This record gives sequence, C-alpha cells and structure tokens, in this order.
Amino acid sequence: MATTTTRTVTDLSSTTKDGLGSSPLRPDGTLKVTGEFAYSSDMWMEDMLWGMTLRSPHPHARILGIDITEALKVPGVEAVLTHEDVPGAKRYGLEYKDQPVLAFDKVRYKGEPVALVAADHPETARRAMERIKVDYEVLPPVSDSRRAALDPEYPLVHEEGTLKIHEEYHQSGNRVRYQPIRTGDFRDAAGRKEEERRVLETLRARADAVVETEYEVGMQDQAFLGPESGLAVPEEDGGVHIYVATQWLHNDLWQIVPCLGLPEDKVRMTMAGVGGAFGGREDLSMQIHGAMLALRTGKPVKIVYNREESFYGHVHRHPAKMRFEHGAKADGTLLYATLEIIVDGGAYASATPAVVGVASSLGIGPYEVPNVLVDAYGVYTTNPPCGAMRGFGAVQACFGYESQMDKLAEKLGMHPVDLRIKNAMSQGSKIITGQELHSPLPMAEMLQRARDLPMPVDRSELPDPADLRTLPGGVAGTTHGEGVVRGVGYGVGLKNLCFSEGFDDYSTARVRLEIVAGEPIVLVHTAAAEVGQGLVTVKGQIARTELGVEKVVINPSDTGVGSAGSSSASRQSYMTGGAVKLACEAVRASVFAIARERGVVPADRHDADLSLVGGKLVSATDGVLTSLADLLGDSASGGTVVEETREHHHRPTEMLDPVLGQGSSHTQFGMCVHRAVVDVDVELGLVKVVALDAVQDVGKVLHPQQLAGQIQGASTQGLGLALMEEIQVKDSVIRNPSFTDYLIPTILDTPPMRIDVLEHPDPHAPYGLRGAGEPPTLSSTPAIVAAVRDATGRALTHAPVRPEDIVGIEL
Amino acid sequence: MEFLSPSTLEEALEAKSAHPDGVPIMGGTDVMVELNFDKRRPETLIDLARIPELAEWGPDGEYTRLGAGVPYTRIIENLQKQAPALARASRTVASPQIRNRGTVGGNLGGASPAGDTHPPLLATDAVIELASVRGRRTVAARDFYLSFRTTALQPDELITAILLPAPKGPQQFLKIGTRNAMVISVAGFSLSLDAENRTVGTGLGSVGPTPMRAEAAEEFLTAEFDWESGSVPSEATVRRFGELVASAARPIDDQRGSADYRKHSMSVMARRALSWSVTEYRKGATRCA
Repeated sequence: MATTTTRTVTDLSSTTKDGLGSSPLRPDGTLKVTGEFAYSSDMWMEDMLWGMTLRSPHPHARILGIDITEALKVPGVEAVLTHEDVPGAKRYGLEYKDQPVLAFDKVRYKGEPVALVAADHPETARRAMERIKVDYEVLPPVSDSRRAALDPEYPLVHEEGTLKIHEEYHQSGNRVRYQPIRTGDFRDAAGRKEEERRVLETLRARADAVVETEYEVGMQDQAFLGPESGLAVPEEDGGVHIYVATQWLHNDLWQIVPCLGLPEDKVRMTMAGVGGAFGGREDLSMQIHGAMLALRTGKPVKIVYNREESFYGHVHRHPAKMRFEHGAKADGTLLYATLEIIVDGGAYASATPAVVGVASSLGIGPYEVPNVLVDAYGVYTTNPPCGAMRGFGAVQACFGYESQMDKLAEKLGMHPVDLRIKNAMSQGSKIITGQELHSPLPMAEMLQRARDLPMPVDRSELPDPADLRTLPGGVAGTTHGEGVVRGVGYGVGLKNLCFSEGFDDYSTARVRLEIVAGEPIVLVHTAAAEVGQGLVTVKGQIARTELGVEKVVINPSDTGVGSAGSSSASRQSYMTGGAVKLACEAVRASVFAIARERGVVPADRHDADLSLVGGKLVSATDGVLTSLADLLGDSASGGTVVEETREHHHRPTEMLDPVLGQGSSHTQFGMCVHRAVVDVDVELGLVKVVALDAVQDVGKVLHPQQLAGQIQGASTQGLGLALMEEIQVKDSVIRNPSFTDYLIPTILDTPPMRIDVLEHPDPHAPYGLRGAGEPPTLSSTPAIVAAVRDATGRALTHAPVRPEDIVGIEL
Repeated sequence: MEFLSPSTLEEALEAKSAHPDGVPIMGGTDVMVELNFDKRRPETLIDLARIPELAEWGPDGEYTRLGAGVPYTRIIENLQKQAPALARASRTVASPQIRNRGTVGGNLGGASPAGDTHPPLLATDAVIELASVRGRRTVAARDFYLSFRTTALQPDELITAILLPAPKGPQQFLKIGTRNAMVISVAGFSLSLDAENRTVGTGLGSVGPTPMRAEAAEEFLTAEFDWESGSVPSEATVRRFGELVASAARPIDDQRGSADYRKHSMSVMARRALSWSVTEYRKGATRCA
C-alpha cells in the first residue's frame, strides 16, 4: 500500500530530538512486529486457574433453573458460579445499569453469560460447563428495531419495573433513547405531528428537487485481533488486582466495584497488552467474572475468549435504518432535510444513549440547512448488544446524508462536489443543534483539493494490466477485464471529538523529573489505554518538547494515578496529551522556582525569559544558566525530584434539550473528505478499490507517521463497511461469527492512499490539535459506495454493498 | 486423544485399519480448526506428515502422480504445466501460510463442497488413489463425491495420491469470493477442453451438497464446439452453455451468498471460461498447423 502524505501549512517543530512534529519509533513497535509483545492473552501465573463462561444458546428465553451439581463434581473444578454468587450489585453498564453480571430470570441475547467455571485446565472447565444444566423456556425473539422504536404493542425486552428509567432521554418501552431535533419552520410545529406534516408539505412545494430514500447500515464488528482476555489475582487484603486489555481503566473500576461489593481501594487495575479496541473494549467483558472466580477460589484466574466467543463477548456497531428526505432549490441550495434514524442497541444499552446523541446532532452532516426535522431512536431488541465503535453514530448517518447529496446532485444535474461546496459549513456556521463552529472548518477548500488530486492511471496504462491482483476478484481469476467499469465517488463527514453532552471526560497525568546517573530523566504516568493508536509515543514527544529532556520513560498504565478517560472519541492526544502538557508545564514552573530559590536565576528575569533546552535551564537574555543535573542533583544521593500531577478538562458541553434538540453538546469537530476510485465487475458484483484518497484537517500534526497510520486504518475500516463487513443477524442469531465468514479487508483490498493533511489550528485545543482517528471512518464508506454507484448505476442503499446488490438480485 | 505418528505408509495403513475412526492429519489446516472450534473430538489422530511418498510428485505414465500430502505452494510452483486448473485453484486457497501447509489430500478428505480443488479434479477427470491394508485402488474424481461430506473413501483407507491426466487443451478455474484474497469460495467453476478426445469437462464448487459436474453443459458444448478449427462459438451458444452450467447448480442461501447469486455467477463464470478457452484453443490449433 503506497501512501503519499502531503503536508500544508507549517510543521510544529521541536528542538528536542524525537519531540513533537517528528516521527520517533513506537516503544512497542518492534516487539509487536517481531511477535514478542505480551498481549493480555499471554499472561501466565504458576498457580493460576482457567475461567470459562457458559453462555446462552438462545437469544430470548426465561431461565427456569440452573443446576450446577454435576459440574462441581468434575475433578479439577474449583468453582462454578451463577448470578446467586454475585457479591454486590447484580447489574452494571456504561450508561444505564441494565446488564446482569450473570443472567437471572431471563436471557436477552444469544451468548449472554449465564454461569462461570474455574478449573485447573481449560479442557476441564469446558467439560464442567457441559454438565451445567440450565432449564430454559424459549421465547420468540424481539428482533425488529423499527417495531421496537415505533410499535407500542411490540413485546418488551426488559420487563416493566425492572430498570431505572432515564427520563432525560425519553426512555420508555423498548426505546433506550429518543432524541428529536427541530429547526427553522419545524421548530414552531415541534411535537405536533399534523402540523409538522403541513410544514413538510409546504417546504416540498417550495423545493425544485426532492429526494427521499431509505438506507440501511449493517452491523459492523471492530474485528480486533486480540480476543477479550485478562488475569484476576486475589490479594492479601481481600481485594483483587485485575490485569486486562481495556479502553478505560477507571470506568471499568467504577462498574466493577459495586458488583464485587468491595470498596474502591480494594480493586486495583493494570492495563494488559491491548490487541486492538476500536470501541469494542469500552464495555466490560471478563473483568467482574475473573474477579469473582479469583475471590472465590483464592487463586489467580485467567480468562481468554476464543474467536467465536469474542463475537458474542463484545458490542458491535449499531445497525441503522434511516429514512432521509432532502429538498433543494434549482441552484442546489438546500431548503430542508428530514431524518428518521433507528439504531439497534440490542439487549443492553451500552453506549446507545450517546450514540443516539451523535447520530441525531450530526444526522444531516456538515451542511447549511435552514429547516430540519430529526427523529433519532435507540432501541432494545434481543439482537446482539451494540455500543461503541470508531465513528460512533456519525458513521451510520454519514452514509445516509452523503448518499442523499449524490442523489440530489444527480437530480439537479450538478457535480457532487459542487453541490457539497454550495452548502458547505465553515467557521461560524451553526450545526442543527444550534452549536456554533468556533474553530476553522475549511470544508469547501478540502472538497476542492480532493477533486483536484491526481487521478490513478487507467487500467490500460498499468505496467501489467493482466495482473489479476489489479482486477476485481483478484487471483480468484473471475475476470480478465470483462465487465469491469470504473467509477468515482466523494464523501465528507463531520465527527464530534472528545465526549459530548455535558460529560466532563477529564484526563490526569503525573510527570516526574529527576536526575539519574547525572542525566535528567522524565517519567510520565497516566492511566490512559494504548490501544494501538500511538498515545504512548505522543506522551513521550510532549514531555521531550516541553521539558527539553531526551530521556523519557512511560510508566505502565494503571489505577495508581487518576482517570485518563477513555481511549475513544479520538480524544487521547487532546485530553491525555493535554494533561501531560499541563503537568510538564507545572514541572517546568517548579524547576524555575527551585532555580530562583537557589539563586541561579538573575532577579529581574521573568519566567517568560526562561526555558528548558537540552537538559539545561536557559535564559533568552543570559544564555545557559545551569544544567538540570547541577541544579537538581542525583535523586539517588538525595537530589531534588520534581513531580507534578495535573488534570486536563475541555470546555464544558451541554445536554441536548429533549424537545428541540438544541444545545452546544460537542467539544470539538473533525472532518475528512475522501475521493474513491473503484473498478467494478458489474456482471459478478465484485469490486476493486483502485484509490482511496483523503484530505483531512488535523489542526496540528504531532507524529506524521502515526497520523498517516490512523488515516489509512480508519479509511480501510470504512472500506470494510462499504464492501464486506457485516455481522449477519437472522432472528437475533449471528450467522457468521468467525473470520472465515466475517470478512475484513486484506492488503489486496486496500488501495494506495494519497493523504493531504491540513493544519488549521483549533485555538481551544492543546497545540491546536484535532483528534484524527475517527473522521476518515465516516467519509470513506459513502465515497466508495458512491463510486460503485457511479460504475453501476445501481441505487445501493445498503452498506455494505453486496454482490447481489450490484448485479440486481433481491435479498 | 491418541496421537499416532507412523513413519511409513505401511504403518499408517495398519494404524488406519486398527483405528477406522481415526482422523488422518497432514497440514492440519482443516482438522485443527475443527478441533479448536470443538466441532470434532476424534479418539485418534493419525499424523501423515512423516511419510515421504505422500509429499512427492512426478510423472506416472500418462498422468502426473501427485502425493496426497503435497502442499498447495509446491503445486503452484511446480505443476502449472501439468495441471493448470489445479495450480490456479491452489493459488486461490487462503493465505501463503495455509498454502504452505494445506494439501489436496486434505481437501478430498474433508470433502467440503466449497473445497477449491474439487472443480478442477472433476473437470480434468483426475483419478484418486486410495490405499488400505487390503491393497490399493483408484476411483475417478467423478465417482468420488457421494453426498454431503461423504466420499467413496472406506473407513480403513487413506488417500495416497491424485493422478492428474496430462492436459490436452485449455483448462480454466474461476472462483467467487467477496473480497480480493484469502476468501472461501462462494461459487467455483472449472472447465477443461480435451482436444484429443474432443470432450468437455466441468466442475462446480459451493453450489450443492457435493462438488458436481454440469453434464448437460458438457454434452452440449462437446456437440456444438468446432473442434476442428476452434472457431468462436455464437453468442447464443456461449449463453446456452452458461445457462446449462447454472441449471446444474443446486445452491442454497447462506451467509456467504444467495442461491440466486450463486446460479447467476455460475453462468457468468462459465461464459467467461468458455471464451478464454476458445482463445487458447485457437492459439493451440494455430501452433499445431
């Protein structure tokens, strides 16, 4: 995969080697490439037991009884636990506490944990699980998300009176959250169906072109390669230490503690090696289960899910059903837009309320539309639970609104880029929630740049056009060029970055500066999860740049320091990077103070005159004042250690109001524009993506190589959603829980990517940076699907596009 | 579980005779997956990896004799001329790591209708050699697949070799997968023209309970094709051939594709395979003249 990265505007430069703006090697990079990195599934203790989870074979059933007698008799089994053994609260959850630690009364999805076994060998545990007798009364699945949202007669997934109701989100029946948005002419009619319909009819009459379409986005999986796994170790104080691959240690801790019935200081957590996350590790998997087994048996317990189990063991991207209508004037000016979006949360809420908050507020995309009506629903069904995944509600809506833009452009006879530019937002625009875009948003320029990027060469100009690897279908050899048609498509997406809707997702960093063997060394300690994104590198770069010290050690992430928030929402460079920056600034200020105390700094020099460069305290006026080594002295021989801990908070945000959906709910916005070029075998419905070029504004580039990696990865994940990635669910049962049948792109599916990076700084963010990991996931999918439409002339309203859709076979 | 590791074929046959339920394992690319997913718990595994003759290939009269344990990578590297369709099919199997381990013998033993090597073996009329303590026998690939995952192999027998007839005309293999590499077959098709005997062979994969032939399509093309000069068949002939191939298919709807799509793709693949074969046939005919 060849990548060209173009940079515009100036680089952020640092005088310290491997500081910000350079691309130092990842500390974990070589280990991962050579296979020596210890992932969470590699952990081992001499006397440990193996934990296993008995899961429901039914999507929906009443539990009439659980008999563990025979399982306990299996030699080597040390514990068999059910819901009766949960020491504290029986339910937990990211936002709503609705998910049982172990099922009681009912199971609500296939794969729901029912019982736990700890044994001396995985095979022993497996045999014991076979001997647990669960008496189920099977109930019909509640699998239709539209009925769950709109039909009050539809059976309830959660019986009335069993859950705390979150009224602020209009939670009722199977609705986890309902969020309306009404602007312009719809505002005054809000909530009155008849009047809203009349407003719509009036707007329709005023429009020169109207497009109305239903779209669907399938259930995508994060497809991380490291299965859920961890080790729980009982401790002498009656507590437990949990080593686990997760995205947010503290939020795990806050969910675990009530269920274990232990005080917070009795549960310690340490990050284990994470093999990918993408949102799928926001929810708990084995944490409470492992801890329960460890506390019961008094021995360390390791749990590792197998691949099929992993498909049941984590949440997926919400599948969405969307109805869009857009009306525009003849010159392309958008007049109105309506959207009904239903996202299927499955059996438990997980992140569904927040996903609805994003899907609604960004539902129409980065376009100026004066009259908007949005109804967004997140629902309970007995389908697999869905929650966080890269792009988080914005991905689904983006596929819809971008498809609408293309359809409208076609109807108006406009180039799809021209229509988008015509309605593009920019700094000062207000999105449909009334929130103003306070930072630069050069959307029109980005679209123009995407259109102007050089096109890939025609097939006939390839070095070897007969090379099967350049053709749709690849070496399976289904075409030598027959039926192959090229298409081009564009996509643009707007993503909120950091947490939204009033959530203070602060991050904490502790930074220590000391002298070891005559050399200054900086230790950076946070609880932030390195999930592959490269925060571990960026933290070091910030410390080097801020403190002018080359040697930086990154402490393992654990709960020995305050929360860092989640490695989600493209937020860690912003939030934990910001916290490291603040802590470094505090350390620097302390060093200055110490230097003053010790008479090293001339009395009339302000802090602004001072800096730390190359391990020395430097005055802009007087030059080098002293070395840090001389100033602080070796810590081993009683020298001064400077340590500061700081929290970084972003500007506060607000909840959306429950009637009109207004409010400044988001922290920051990111945007990416894609242009996709595809070759489609129109007779067989197979696709080869020829180019997938991106223009993204990242505010400031901290690590150019990692940034390119994030954009490539996000674009490829979007490609997967466009062409192949879907967990197929029929009657609430997953049909393809394996990597044989859940396909993700290979290198032969992944095209060269030209990446054009813009750096318009966000004045509110540390270094002006903008989270970069998610926006390309939004725009890549609609760009590719648009290109396939361009090649085939088909409507293609379902993502991923299936071969059947391209050749016109109904499914 | 008992793990037997015979070092000669004789020992292996004795082991199989003593343990008719024992599962032979070579590259392990199918068997290990089934064990790991807990789909199979055999009492005995018979490891065939140490038996030299299974990993050998070479000329055998009018055939190329391919040891049942030769990995796909060797076939791709060495048998392009002797077995072009099989070599192409081997290239579409999974990933390089799997191709380094997986074998045609394993494909035949598992007898999944989606196995990539079945269509070329059917189309080219390959012969499968089976052995037991009772002796050796051969079965035509065309008589080997009996019903879903059931073959002519007896419980005490091992698959020892595949006899590949020397190609006497163009051979094709095409396979549908919904990504561009490392994908299980949604539908596979192989076509072989035998200029000497003036016969047509077909093989269809993933479109029925067993790998199968499209016999009506073979007869039709045998009769219609201009064997003398290889003139380009009419569009109607090509289309009819595609229809006949598709109508032989008995596919199901599953998570990999719909039955209708499988039939549709079979007709497209058959048409393309025919047109490529005609082009090659004409080149061959020109060279002969």
